[in-house]
Amino acid sequence: MNKKQKNLLIRVIAAGLLMALIFFLPLEGHPLVRFACFLVPYLIVGYDILRKAFRGIRNRQVFDENFLMAVATIGAMALGEYTEGVAVMWFYQIGELFQSYAVGKSRRSITDLMDIRPDYANLETEDGVEKTDPDDVETGSVIVVNPGEKVPIDGLVLEGTSSLDTAALTGESRPRTVREGDEVLSGSINMSGVLRIRTTREFEESTASKILDLVENASSRKSRSEQFITRFARVYTPAVCYGALALALVPPLVRLALGMDPLFTDWIYRALTFLVISCPCAIVVSIPLSFFGGLGGAGSAGILIKGSNYMETLADVKTVVLDKTGTLTRGSFAVTGIHHASMGEEALLDYAAHAESHSSHPISMSLQAAYGKKTDPARVRDVEEISGHGVRARVDERMVACGNARLMEKLGVSEIECHSAGTVVHVAVDDAYAGHIVIEDEIKDGAAQAVADLKKAGVRRIVMLTGDLAGTARAVADRVGITEVFAELLPQDKVARVEELLAGSGERNRVAFVGDGINDAPVLARADIGVAMGALGSDAAIEAADVVLMDDDPRKIAKAIRIARKCLRIVRENIYFAIGVKLLCLLLGALGVAGMWLAIFADVGVMVLCVLNAIRCLFVKNV
Amino acid sequence: MKRTYKIDVDCANCAAKMEEAANKTPGVKSATVNFMALKMKVEFEEGADEAAVMEAVIKNCKIVEDDCEIFL
Repeated sequence: MNKKQKNLLIRVIAAGLLMALIFFLPLEGHPLVRFACFLVPYLIVGYDILRKAFRGIRNRQVFDENFLMAVATIGAMALGEYTEGVAVMWFYQIGELFQSYAVGKSRRSITDLMDIRPDYANLETEDGVEKTDPDDVETGSVIVVNPGEKVPIDGLVLEGTSSLDTAALTGESRPRTVREGDEVLSGSINMSGVLRIRTTREFEESTASKILDLVENASSRKSRSEQFITRFARVYTPAVCYGALALALVPPLVRLALGMDPLFTDWIYRALTFLVISCPCAIVVSIPLSFFGGLGGAGSAGILIKGSNYMETLADVKTVVLDKTGTLTRGSFAVTGIHHASMGEEALLDYAAHAESHSSHPISMSLQAAYGKKTDPARVRDVEEISGHGVRARVDERMVACGNARLMEKLGVSEIECHSAGTVVHVAVDDAYAGHIVIEDEIKDGAAQAVADLKKAGVRRIVMLTGDLAGTARAVADRVGITEVFAELLPQDKVARVEELLAGSGERNRVAFVGDGINDAPVLARADIGVAMGALGSDAAIEAADVVLMDDDPRKIAKAIRIARKCLRIVRENIYFAIGVKLLCLLLGALGVAGMWLAIFADVGVMVLCVLNAIRCLFVKNV
Repeated sequence: MKRTYKIDVDCANCAAKMEEAANKTPGVKSATVNFMALKMKVEFEEGADEAAVMEAVIKNCKIVEDDCEIFL
């Protein structure tokens, strides 16, 4: 609790105790003393509301909650309903206290999670290590990060190995191991070893600064619901005030005209009840709080949504267009299969890796990676690259040829055709066919699950776009469960495809495009919702996208949609619940059935319930 | 020129009111209030006197929401 809240709490308690005390005082028959006794707790608990209401009137900002409360309570006091007058103010303040506490609590839980701002950098200088402002560190400097410290600036590891906690950046809880030569991103926390890092960016351009910038600007774009609430409050509050005025004056005057007892007191009391009930706090407070919680919760899961309006659009996504490379696949080549290896898979890979060990071609690199061990140069002789065909080399005194089908033809070896998509490396040893190795862009672990999740989340149409060959595209799509595929597209074709899909979109049927930000910034910008994934480091993507997934897990797409849906559902629940209860109570109040006590429930009770409901937006773990 | 100020305000709706008031202040090109971070980001118009503009922003914010603070 902060000072303001503590202060209010003390006032609420003091006023409560005083009220309890007043009940036991023999005040019947002393009207003035009785009034004075009630006035004390009333002023203790409500003086700031009265002051705000007064200032509001002076500043021509008359109609707000403070004004409503001031009029209602002063009115009640004037009618001699002291207990009610104080109680309304008292409960109203409890509601305010509760609201402010809830906001503070959710703000803290969000900012704790997003606490990636580094306070200092340990800069290596000629006179040893010096603590400096990260802002002053120039690109190319060497900094030292000790265990427990945050990496202040993006860079490359010069020396040391350690595991990094990147949870605040990516939402991924598994630590990442880094060693010499690896890239480290600012905002991650060094958990074990000392790292010496050569910075590759300035602080301003570093990941942590970029993300903070993004988060701090997130609420700049307001959702329709929020705009609605602002407009609503502006019309609603004055309307209620005039309504109450009419309720206080019209029926008694009509009765007077009809020659009946006007019952002024009764009708004024009803009008005041009406005022208290119709206070719009519950909605005005809970809706921005819902979005605030939703954005924050999503952020803590590694999903940055750039504004609450995007939250709304995201909830209405019915079509998801996915880019293949970098979204569903890793975008790097890897050995995915070894077939027909008569000598055994390992032996085949051993020969192939050695034969190709002199090449830096991506295919060779993926063979080396699959081999896993360092190749032994002493085992390799007479390397001969046959351009457009492959490689021939002597490995362990055996003649190994690795390459495409044409190479096999050239050598007079009959190869076994492969049905897998991807690049096939045929291997012949001593001019006899030894099998083939399939190299493919690997599908990400969660890709199939991601597509299933999207379908489950109610996405009706899932489309894959790629610049790749149709066969490869088809194979990936089949494996992850996508039926609609457009392959061999140039970047501008992707825009055209997305535009075609957009033509069929509407209010409740939005089109999201998901890409890794490489070459697809125009599409990201064009779609109703552009989702950039694994975008740390790609400025263009962060700029163009509306939603940024900090890691490259495709399952986060469905998660983002689910978080948005949950948040919007809560907003809607609150609107219907609050307005529903208020209308009901208003009706009862106008009929004179409901008194001030019910009014207090309709105001404070509903607000507390709405705030509690809104806080649920923050919890996204199991969404 | 853009600047970020720390603010203090109690409710999200009040923050929205402050944002509106700041945006209407002459010399402010655009202002955004982030209730989550309790920050106000102000982009000034070309050649505006920042200090004077911020004075006016504070005054306007106080009019719409008495209980708010901007730390310059």
